[in-house]
Amino acid sequence: MGHVPLSWYLVLSAILFVLGVAGFVYRKSIITVFMSIELMLNAVNLSFVSFSYELRRIDGQIFSFFVMVVAAAEAAVGLAIILTIFRNRGTLQIDEVDSMKL
Amino acid sequence: MNLWLIPLFPLIGFILNGLWGRRFSKAVINLIGVGTVAVSFVYVLVVLSKLYPLNTAYSEHYFTWLQSGFLNVGFDLLLDRLTAVMLLIVTGVGLLIHIYSVGYMQHEGGYYRFFAYLNLFTFFMLILVMASNLLLLFVGWEGVGFCSYILVSFYFHETWATGAGNKAFIVNRIGDFGFSLGIFLTVITFRTLDFGKIAAAVSTMPVEAGFGTLAVLTLLLFAGATGKSAQIPLYVWLPDAMAAPTPVSALIHAATMVTAGVYMIARLSFLYDHAPVAMEIVAIVGLFTAVLGATIGITQNDIKKVFAYSTVSQLGYMFLGVGVGAYSAGIFHLMTHAFFKALLFLGAGSIIHGLGGEQDLRHMGGLRKAMPITFVTLGIASLAISGVPGFSGFFSKDAILSAAYTHAPWMFWIGAITAGITAFYVFRAYFLAFFGSYRGHHHPHESPLTMTVPLIILAAFSLGGGYINVPGWLSGLYPLLEHENKVAMIVSASFGIIGIIIAAFLYVFRPGLAESFKNKAGGLYTLVYNKYYVDEFYQGAVVKPLEAFSRMFLWKGIDRGIIDAGLVNGSGRAVRGWGKALRHFQSGSIRNYATWVLAGCLLVIFVIGLYGGSR
Amino acid sequence: MIDTILFIIFAILAIVSGFNLVLQKHPISSALSLIGVMGSLAVLYLLLGAEFLAMAQMIVYGGAVMVLFVLVIMLLNAGREKGSTKSWFAQIAGLPLLLCLVALLGFLIRAILPPLRSVEFGSWVGGTAEHIGQLLFTTYLLPFEVISILILIAILGAVVLARKELD
Repeated sequence: MGHVPLSWYLVLSAILFVLGVAGFVYRKSIITVFMSIELMLNAVNLSFVSFSYELRRIDGQIFSFFVMVVAAAEAAVGLAIILTIFRNRGTLQIDEVDSMKL
Repeated sequence: MNLWLIPLFPLIGFILNGLWGRRFSKAVINLIGVGTVAVSFVYVLVVLSKLYPLNTAYSEHYFTWLQSGFLNVGFDLLLDRLTAVMLLIVTGVGLLIHIYSVGYMQHEGGYYRFFAYLNLFTFFMLILVMASNLLLLFVGWEGVGFCSYILVSFYFHETWATGAGNKAFIVNRIGDFGFSLGIFLTVITFRTLDFGKIAAAVSTMPVEAGFGTLAVLTLLLFAGATGKSAQIPLYVWLPDAMAAPTPVSALIHAATMVTAGVYMIARLSFLYDHAPVAMEIVAIVGLFTAVLGATIGITQNDIKKVFAYSTVSQLGYMFLGVGVGAYSAGIFHLMTHAFFKALLFLGAGSIIHGLGGEQDLRHMGGLRKAMPITFVTLGIASLAISGVPGFSGFFSKDAILSAAYTHAPWMFWIGAITAGITAFYVFRAYFLAFFGSYRGHHHPHESPLTMTVPLIILAAFSLGGGYINVPGWLSGLYPLLEHENKVAMIVSASFGIIGIIIAAFLYVFRPGLAESFKNKAGGLYTLVYNKYYVDEFYQGAVVKPLEAFSRMFLWKGIDRGIIDAGLVNGSGRAVRGWGKALRHFQSGSIRNYATWVLAGCLLVIFVIGLYGGSR
Repeated sequence: MIDTILFIIFAILAIVSGFNLVLQKHPISSALSLIGVMGSLAVLYLLLGAEFLAMAQMIVYGGAVMVLFVLVIMLLNAGREKGSTKSWFAQIAGLPLLLCLVALLGFLIRAILPPLRSVEFGSWVGGTAEHIGQLLFTTYLLPFEVISILILIAILGAVVLARKELD
């Protein structure tokens, strides 16, 4: 067994990303949807780090760093919004928060 | 010389009276309406005196109106001897009629409107006679047609007036369609519309033997003339146009507008000289129209209708004149006709005014005591139109008839007999109105001075106008034909006098005879009285099918079905349909939106991958 | 040798946790699965030589973000998900599209990218704290400062949104 080709890492990243999208599309609780978003961001982080290894430059890791920070900030604000929605609508099912329709 | 000032004054009168006339007093309206035409008339005299003897044409070019490829049309005004005659008629007789209208329209509503329209008409007529190219002439042509429409429907709250106005305009328009085709053919054939240039070009062309381009061209222009000048087949609007106030009938339908067709042919004489076939047709149409008008005139009971058919008939004489090549004779008769026909109409207006609106001859009679001035002046006009020697009509009609005799004797004989019929119907009306006992219920009185003075002036011209040697004056343009035929002169004059005697016999000395003749004639009388049922024929053959086509096909089919339902409503329905379909996109469900984003993102990645990555 | 084994173990762990996140009904189970994913990813970062990032991943994500999630789940007493058939389009078209996406990405990775090197643990340790710090304070100074402001704004936003209404 040789060493692991880098393309496997990328394929893993792709699979995790698609899983994140699947969670976004199929889950009904809004908290779970947010968690799927975090999963997507992590998958992208893995992709950035892989390329940083490939090109032997750490700019990819810096980018990954920033993505992490943004994801944290977004999680904070997003959860605050979820709290507000729960207070106003009394539900965490996103299918029931659909009043902006034609 | 500033020729443009001549039509400018009536235009100013139209603008002033039209825009602010409602607030002016009658005196101010009169000042503007009559004053502007008077100034124009005086200016015409000044210009003519300066340009005398006017052996060559004088033209002024103002600006280029159209420049398109080889066609160059400018706003040019022309003044030669022919135009001079027309200018004097339009402004002179026009001025007299304007003065007359002050008295006639005293008690009518829309006073300012009347004078505004009359001024506008004068403006367009002046443009027509002074135009130096065919397009500008057509502008005046259309303009006077429009003014005829608005003046005939002057009493616009009455359907008989608006219907008559519509008829006048629409029938005119049919003729104008032919005129437009003629203009197009002129552009194609001569590549210019300027009279001088066309004359120069056509002088190099041979006289056409048969039915060639020039014949078609001139006949198309003549078609317009049949509409404007009320010849067969488009004369039907003129009798109905008697719905207009009487001064309008005098000005437009006697002296000026209807003579535009004759003027046009005289102006384009160089074209007609090269197309003998067309001239023959013009002469024949004119002759038969003369007969038609005269025969119908015998039977009519409305005094204005008698004079209307008389106009149709006399116009036929003018076309006969120009058709046989006697252009100056035609114009001569145009001038004398302007005098005595305007006088006839104004006199009829005086009678109608004096009788409080009565127009039926059967309710008149014995008016010679109550309206002496009208009696004398109308008498002079009737003698003039009958061609009694010494009066103006004698000289002009004789000029035409002797030219007709030289061209084709049968035309002369028909024309002479028609002259007799002319005398008969005019004096029938005259005797019915002024002799016998009064058969009406009003209190006849003479008309005011503003009306009687123009009558007197016109009577003077009807008497002495024949001594104005118009053919001599125009001999530079239209070479004089050989000397008059003394025999023809005597024959036509005597026919006229015989007509007068018969009329006197039937209507003064033996009143009952006319009735018995009418009853004996029976069917023939009904035919003629109903104007040979031409109007009914047109109604059935042309008007009704056109209306049906418009209603069935154009309105219901195209307008309602295709445009309304298909395009207008259809586009609305299409948008709504699309809206209903697209509405489902905005379902408010986040998961659906996410799925669409996924689909779009897939598409983007696919496309980028297709092009080998974002290199 | 050992890096291969580690990769396989933690890759499978990541994928299984991912599936678990999607398939579980209760949010708390999904949250715990997500922690599992993040842990696996931290190990994979270590294998790729990004030590600072691996530590930051565990501290920030696992220690802060996920705690926040679990806290909110507790606060709101989020229960099991209930069924719903409102978003029929997502349910019908979602799966085919997802499969297409994963297939497309896999294909592109194989076909378009130039030949990539293989990962050998220890051949490059570029992601040291010193190295990253150096870059952060020189080349990427502006984004660094901006992002601190971003965090400040996020804090303010979260506080404003989540506080109780004043009577």
